[in-house]
Amino acid sequence: MTYTVPKLKDFSAETLDKRVAELVAALEAEVNTVASEAEWKVLRDRWMARKTGILSQINEAWLKAAPAKAKPEVGRKVNEARLLIEHHIVGKREWAAKGTLRDLMLGERLDITLPGIRRPLGAEHPIIKTMNEIVSVFRNLGYSVEEGPEIETDYYNFEALNFPPNHPARDTQDTLFIANQESKPLRDRLLLRTHTSPVQIRTMEKMKPPVRVVCPGKVHRNDAPDATHSPIFHQVEGLAVDTNITFCDLKGTLDHAMKALFGSSVKTRFYPSYFPFTEPSADVQISCIFCGGTGYRDGGRCPNCKASGWIELLGCGMVDPNVYGFVDYDARKVSGFAFGMGVERIAILKYGVDDIQLFFNGDVRFLEQFG
Amino acid sequence: MKISPQWLRDFVDFKVGLRQLADDLTLAGIAVESISGEGEHAVFEMDITTNRPDAMNHYGVARECSAIYDLPLKPIAPKLPVASETTAPAFPIEIAEPDLCPRFTARVLHDVTIKPSPANVTQRLALLDQRPISNAVDATNYVLWEMGKPTHVFDLDLLEGGKIIVRRAKNGETLKTLDGVERKLNSEDLVVADARRPVGLAGVMGGFDTMITDKTRNVLIESAWWDPVTIRKASRRHGLHTDASHRFERGADFESTIPSCDRVAELILQSGGGELIGGAVDVIARRLDQAPVALHLSEVHRILGEKLDAREIFRVLNRLGFDVLPERGGESDFTVRIPSWRLDVEREIDVIEEIARLHGYDKFANSLPAYAGSVVELPDAEKDGKLRSTLLALGYDEAISLTFISHQDAERFSEVPAIELANPLSEEASVMRTSMVPGMLGMLAYNLNRGGDNVRLFEAGNVFEASGATANQLKRICLGATGSAVTPSVHQPARPFSFFDLKGDVETVLHAFQHTRLAYDAQTPKYYHPGRSARAVIDGAVVAQFGQIHSDVAAARKLRQDAFVAELYLDRLYQHGLREVRYEALPRYPAVERDFSFVFADAVDFETIHQAVTALRLGELRSFAPVEIFRGGAIPVGKYSILLRAKFQSRERTLREDEVAQWSVQIAKALNALGGTQRA
Ligand SMILES: [Zn+2]
Repeated sequence: MTYTVPKLKDFSAETLDKRVAELVAALEAEVNTVASEAEWKVLRDRWMARKTGILSQINEAWLKAAPAKAKPEVGRKVNEARLLIEHHIVGKREWAAKGTLRDLMLGERLDITLPGIRRPLGAEHPIIKTMNEIVSVFRNLGYSVEEGPEIETDYYNFEALNFPPNHPARDTQDTLFIANQESKPLRDRLLLRTHTSPVQIRTMEKMKPPVRVVCPGKVHRNDAPDATHSPIFHQVEGLAVDTNITFCDLKGTLDHAMKALFGSSVKTRFYPSYFPFTEPSADVQISCIFCGGTGYRDGGRCPNCKASGWIELLGCGMVDPNVYGFVDYDARKVSGFAFGMGVERIAILKYGVDDIQLFFNGDVRFLEQFG
Repeated sequence: MKISPQWLRDFVDFKVGLRQLADDLTLAGIAVESISGEGEHAVFEMDITTNRPDAMNHYGVARECSAIYDLPLKPIAPKLPVASETTAPAFPIEIAEPDLCPRFTARVLHDVTIKPSPANVTQRLALLDQRPISNAVDATNYVLWEMGKPTHVFDLDLLEGGKIIVRRAKNGETLKTLDGVERKLNSEDLVVADARRPVGLAGVMGGFDTMITDKTRNVLIESAWWDPVTIRKASRRHGLHTDASHRFERGADFESTIPSCDRVAELILQSGGGELIGGAVDVIARRLDQAPVALHLSEVHRILGEKLDAREIFRVLNRLGFDVLPERGGESDFTVRIPSWRLDVEREIDVIEEIARLHGYDKFANSLPAYAGSVVELPDAEKDGKLRSTLLALGYDEAISLTFISHQDAERFSEVPAIELANPLSEEASVMRTSMVPGMLGMLAYNLNRGGDNVRLFEAGNVFEASGATANQLKRICLGATGSAVTPSVHQPARPFSFFDLKGDVETVLHAFQHTRLAYDAQTPKYYHPGRSARAVIDGAVVAQFGQIHSDVAAARKLRQDAFVAELYLDRLYQHGLREVRYEALPRYPAVERDFSFVFADAVDFETIHQAVTALRLGELRSFAPVEIFRGGAIPVGKYSILLRAKFQSRERTLREDEVAQWSVQIAKALNALGGTQRA
């Protein structure tokens, strides 16, 4: 039932209070029904329009009609009612406006399940990423980083690493040689370094012990490319020389590094090997990360370790005293170890890559898996 | 190399199973790669390191077993009949090259029947994939696999002049080797010759014309010791890698010439009968010097990190054939005499390795060494890292391509002399890369051929150039881009990657480096699009060149869409430090913008316009940038319309209308001076 302004039969305070209370109740009820800005405007006009609004009506019907004696009291009450009306209606405006904006914005609704617009980040190359991870493990152990040239002399790649001229161990290196070197003495002839070990020599030439360096870099071999061979690959070489560095330190350092790279449950196993520039020399295996070193998984032989439970990962050894001779270190006073690991081999293990060529053909379908 | 565990049992009575034996040998450095077959027919595939020729045979492996399990090793003691005293005297042997052939031992057998070997010999050789030939030849092969000592048998009656001479070949001499190949010899070749001609390439392969045939009656057995380097050179020169050369070039056992000769004689006599003529002819031209080694327990401890029991050291070395003599009161603890088959052991460290490997590497504790030094980064590490992270953030995938390119590409993509490989993998990979562009184009093509239309790659690496007799290595980064500049999707269509996308990326990279002046010119090499490529010049040095690849080059590489490449010369860029950030107070007074709409001839480029306005040195001019460019329509051909926006701002005050107006007039004048006309 719509509220209409009643005429006052008497102007007693009691009656006035009653009528004002009715008015406020009606006002609140009407304000509550407003749901939009348009409805609010109707409400505002009904109550506050200058001539026909309820506010004007109570002015006419209550104040102006009041006897002179009652006018001050009626005036006060009417003014109270006016403030209440203004308060309710102005207050409602913001709410009503908001409601409309919400409707408007709901009209702008998007299918938020559509894919977003992505600005793709470039992907790190798995080899560089792995190489950086290896370097960082050793950096945390106090190793500095060193680099050397990819085109080396016979001296740095072989002779100073205790591969004498015509030594059969040179055969294992499948070296790519630079052309037109015949007129030079053997030691000055250029070749593509077959390992990062020459950086050991260059480092020891320029600094005295204690030495702790890792040398990441690219190396080359005369290997025709296929799924398991590549003429280029990457190594991280390490060298520590000081007084009192022992074979136990070598073992502990690499055991720590392998745990840092492959997880703390990984075990290492060392067995004798041969490198001309280390003695004793060792190959290092880690317990197979695929079968947990058991040799069996998925109900069959583990293909990754050929059921042996071990995966061969790197070579190492105590620096051969002959090497110290080339760099003027006193082999009786200092000792040290060197190690080298193939980055591709480690990346292949970590990521399960089945073809080494994928690393070197720039295929974005491959690279972006590492983004 | 193959080893039959059953054969090992001739010499050492090991009790463990085959898998355990394989493991134990491997952990002692005698690597068993795999096991095939079972029981008596089991075969170990071995991977014996270069330094251990002594273990490339059954007796040598048996010796390792004896040391590992502390078991006795049975001797090889050939039983020969006593030669009749009435028989002819020994066969004369003359060594003309004592340095290259310190020892030559021979035996003579008469009236031998050449026929197939008995089953016990052929079965063992068959296990090792060795083809039987005849009893005499198989005897030498058997001894090679048993004792590791290569020997040779001649048909004595085919040797002319009744003697053997070890000498260098004469230039022009030839020798038909057992494989039927006629080989030209020169004076670097060492040969076994009779009085007239070479009959064997020393230590590598015997001669065809004096080989054992079924007509052979009388046999000469040769067992010599050859200089390893000479054998290695000959083997390489003639491309002949034989079981004999493999062992001789690694160093054979000097003391095994007689036992091996005797063993061959024993085997031939057993199967083919005949008569042993005289004793062994043993000519020693010089002795090998194997000095004893002084061993200090303190040194064992210093290198290995653990104090080992002297009794264990003693036991292990003894089983391996070393004589260990305690040195009482001497400077060292032991004197170690080296067995003749261990030419790899010469120094104390070599003996220490023997101790360590038989003690077992895994028995040594793991420890971490103390260290007091500090970590030093590479000088360019920070710049490398900044560039890498910037390029990754710009959306370039990191790539690695091969370091080699073809001669043709070296010429097409650079002007520097390329470094040639002596033994390249292929014609396509015959020189070291002088430019990273061919590799990058190859990778772009690789992707386009596999349906990857949007590609963004970068490669950091070295290029190489010959500099006199040496090689220069220069650090570069190469960017490659093709396809859409944005990822096309339901939200936005593709937009072709353009020169300015690439230039923006180059600018972002260069912005990281401190510089006073950066300018661009169009003097790029021929493989770039002549109108869409540029060089970036920082303070006078070219630090980058980039742009669209010339369409001819793109077509030749089967790039079926526009390709873009940027080359960054890091050697020059790294002359500049990374930009050091300095805070600049934020402006407190409002900026005022004024637009200028001008028509210019095409020859007037933006750089010229920008420089002309910069030259006015208007202190409050904050920026002067192009907003719109328009060609065609009412604009005559050869001209273009450009809307330019100047932004003025002062740090001290609000600018007045009249001063802005005055500067605007100055700018308009400068633009007029370039031949520009202001549009209404
Ligand atoms: Zn496994």
